[in-house]
Amino acid sequence: MPSPPPRSGAVACTPSVALQATLRVVRGLLGVMLLGMFAAMPVTAADEGDTATFAAAVAALDAASFDAKAEAVERLAAARHPRGVAVMQALLDGNLYRHKADDRIVIVADADGGYHLTDAADGSALGEVSRRKVKRISVNNQLRVQLRGLIARAALDDPETARRLAAVTAMTGELDADGRALLAGRAEQESDAGVREAIATAVAIYDLGADDAERRDAAVAVLRGSLNPVARGRLAAIAADDAMPRETRRAAESALAAIESRIAFYELVQTLFFGLSMGSVLVLAAIGLAITFGVMGVINMAHGELIMLGAYTTYVVQLALPNHLGWALALSVPAAFVVAALVGIAIERGVIRFLYGRPLETLLATFGVSLVLQQAVRTIFSPLNRSVATPAWMSGSIEINAVLSLTWNRITIMLFMLVVFVLLMAVLRYTRLGLEVRAVAQNRAMARAIGVRGNRVDALTFGLGAGVAGVAGVALSQLTNVGPNLGQSYIVDSFMVVVFGGVGNLWGTLLAGLGLGVANKFLEPWAGAVMAKILVLVFIIVFIQKRPRGLFPQRGRAAEG
Amino acid sequence: MRFLLADRGGLVLLGVLALAMLVVPLANLVVPPESALHVSTYTVTLLGKYLCYAVLALALDLVWGYCGVLSLGHGAFFALGGYAMGMYLMRQIGERGVYGHPVLPDFMVFLNWQELPWYWYGFDMFWFALVMVALAPGLLAFVFGWLAFRSRVTGVYLSIITQALTYALMLAFFRNEMGFGGNNGLTDFKDLLGFDLQADGMRVTLFLCSALLLALAYLACRAVVASRLGRVVVAVRDAESRARFLGYRVEYFKLWVFTFSAVLAGLAGALYVPQVGIINPSEFQPLNSIELVIWVAVGGRGTLWGAAAGAVLVNYAKTSFTAVLPEVWLFALGALFILSTLLLPRGLAGLLRRRGARA
Repeated sequence: MPSPPPRSGAVACTPSVALQATLRVVRGLLGVMLLGMFAAMPVTAADEGDTATFAAAVAALDAASFDAKAEAVERLAAARHPRGVAVMQALLDGNLYRHKADDRIVIVADADGGYHLTDAADGSALGEVSRRKVKRISVNNQLRVQLRGLIARAALDDPETARRLAAVTAMTGELDADGRALLAGRAEQESDAGVREAIATAVAIYDLGADDAERRDAAVAVLRGSLNPVARGRLAAIAADDAMPRETRRAAESALAAIESRIAFYELVQTLFFGLSMGSVLVLAAIGLAITFGVMGVINMAHGELIMLGAYTTYVVQLALPNHLGWALALSVPAAFVVAALVGIAIERGVIRFLYGRPLETLLATFGVSLVLQQAVRTIFSPLNRSVATPAWMSGSIEINAVLSLTWNRITIMLFMLVVFVLLMAVLRYTRLGLEVRAVAQNRAMARAIGVRGNRVDALTFGLGAGVAGVAGVALSQLTNVGPNLGQSYIVDSFMVVVFGGVGNLWGTLLAGLGLGVANKFLEPWAGAVMAKILVLVFIIVFIQKRPRGLFPQRGRAAEG
Repeated sequence: MRFLLADRGGLVLLGVLALAMLVVPLANLVVPPESALHVSTYTVTLLGKYLCYAVLALALDLVWGYCGVLSLGHGAFFALGGYAMGMYLMRQIGERGVYGHPVLPDFMVFLNWQELPWYWYGFDMFWFALVMVALAPGLLAFVFGWLAFRSRVTGVYLSIITQALTYALMLAFFRNEMGFGGNNGLTDFKDLLGFDLQADGMRVTLFLCSALLLALAYLACRAVVASRLGRVVVAVRDAESRARFLGYRVEYFKLWVFTFSAVLAGLAGALYVPQVGIINPSEFQPLNSIELVIWVAVGGRGTLWGAAAGAVLVNYAKTSFTAVLPEVWLFALGALFILSTLLLPRGLAGLLRRRGARA
């Protein structure tokens, strides 16, 4: 009979309960462990004495009896050495061996034809040896239980807040009496408020199952408004449980209601966020059109293809700089602007300038241009979609809580849209080009009479609008696949945004785009994605009937044109 | 008859149609297949398809060329007519479908629908389907036009919202829940009025119907254009405000022409579907409607016969190009758009007329 396992500090219970408890704790934790344990162990300044104790404990692991091993493991954990968890994990996984030649304790990893050795005590690499040169250090079940418990506790001791939080989150809902005691003990030492709250939630979820009514009610009070899905499920179970006292059930119901309303609120925020992000995309796609169509009055059906060119420019720049994704993306913005602007100026000089004052013909001719551009891209880059990689700083998300998380790429695109908008406004308002653009838009003949070179301004304005479309393409390349049909899918939307906002009004475009995006996202859960889009389109069609000049119609002389 | 004789191009069109109605059936059914003069059934169907497009182009020319309303959504009316006919053809399949259900079309059985949606009632009767072929696009055009013209949505704005209309319809018809077959649309038709759709005789008959429809549509449009109403419509095109100030209710004239044109487009769609054997939501694509505009632009808008000729010519070019050099077709089409607007604002008809005037 092996002796009962040595108790681990905070756990003070009968062995069998401790065994179950630690087992449960560990089951939840295992995922967390495997994720981060070996990759980057936090290196704290362990003093000489600790390192010596640790090395001694590691050496003692190769004891003859399991009792001695258990004692060594305990000393190992007590040393709190940065490599402690790695060694314990190796022991647990059966990767801890003794090197037969010099009795060194090593961690092994499979290599071809043998093992790759790492010194367990100091982590130095010892090269490869054949499988016969090492002897595994055996463990029994009791030792495994002990190891799992110690590893779990070590994670709670981790100096990194995120890892402690992950450990607690993994334990939530899986706790038993000992786990609860362990966590409750931790809560007092815990410095981070978020982790403390997570611990409180985990403990309260455990307490929901307590026999003591007072403790149960206290737990219900703690969980009131908690966004933890486990808490929600347990509270719902209590509210529906006939065996529970009435007050408890009522308290659980009210706590549930508080949870539901909080969830509803955060879901509203989430929908709003999605809507604004979709709106930002719409604004980005439409804002170039707001210049060419809104300010110049040119129907440019090739607008979508200019967006597409911007997206392909991003793809090409990324191909040229495969190892610097972030720089490639930053460089793509001016590159896409220049490419699209040049193509735009070419379109203006080559086609549109012959058609001023004939909007329907302009529409047809630019549609022809769009077909040519699409086919050109198909011929050069193949008809298949190309995917553009997202740099690391744009992926991932900020998790505000269990319900609400904001993805970085959407946030970036919203900010990017604002920057583009502000820059464009500034160009139109404060530069000489902007002044001339506005002058020509208001009264071409008068502008020319006072010395504005109308043709040049036309070309530059169109180039500006086209360039902005190209910049929008850079943003879109981060959201969707880049393909020859990219532009077509945005052209109807872009026109809708500009017309809805009121032609010739950049603020109108901004509000219309954001408004349509939000409306779309709010309709979606109720009507489905496609139906929401149809409803928005029908709404705009009806709206145009009522106010043919959009939300913010131009007034005064400009409106007469 | 004077309104006819004044239009030489139209007379040529009618003459060509009469000739085709005489020659094509003979060349297909009577001339033996080995002969060089034989016209294959495939070609007959292709010609029938072109003629349907020509009717559609005629319809657009009426609103665009004579009324100045550039509709970028005429493909929607065409497709609606096609769907109405398709629904009749679906009901005709009956128990011969893959699932063998006596009433429900295959795709409904597949979607686990238990009974026919209400809007499918009556489509087992040919006369009802025919009424719907005209009514569905006509009603849509009437309601849409009534709203748009009354609030004086004109020019480019109108073009863009018609495009939005067909785009919205496309999205709607792609949905399975709509009950129109979703993505796949309606297909696998068997027979029309009891005649097998695959038979040579039926193909020739459909071709003859298409030619007849084109001739009648031309005559009807010509009659409209030459009438007093037609003159007012042209006046609206050229100077809308002036026509209004003279006391004409501009919106009613526009509405009338728009609705008439939509019905014509629906009829074209109804004849198109049994010939190609399928109707699906891609017919609603904005691109289709814009392509249609280019047929009219190439042929010459405001001439009627030019639009019909343009439709046949451009589609013939499309068939030949996509067979030989598929990747070049979009380049060619794009160039056609640009060149015809820049160099041929009056289309091929304008070119011929200028020749005629010079000679």
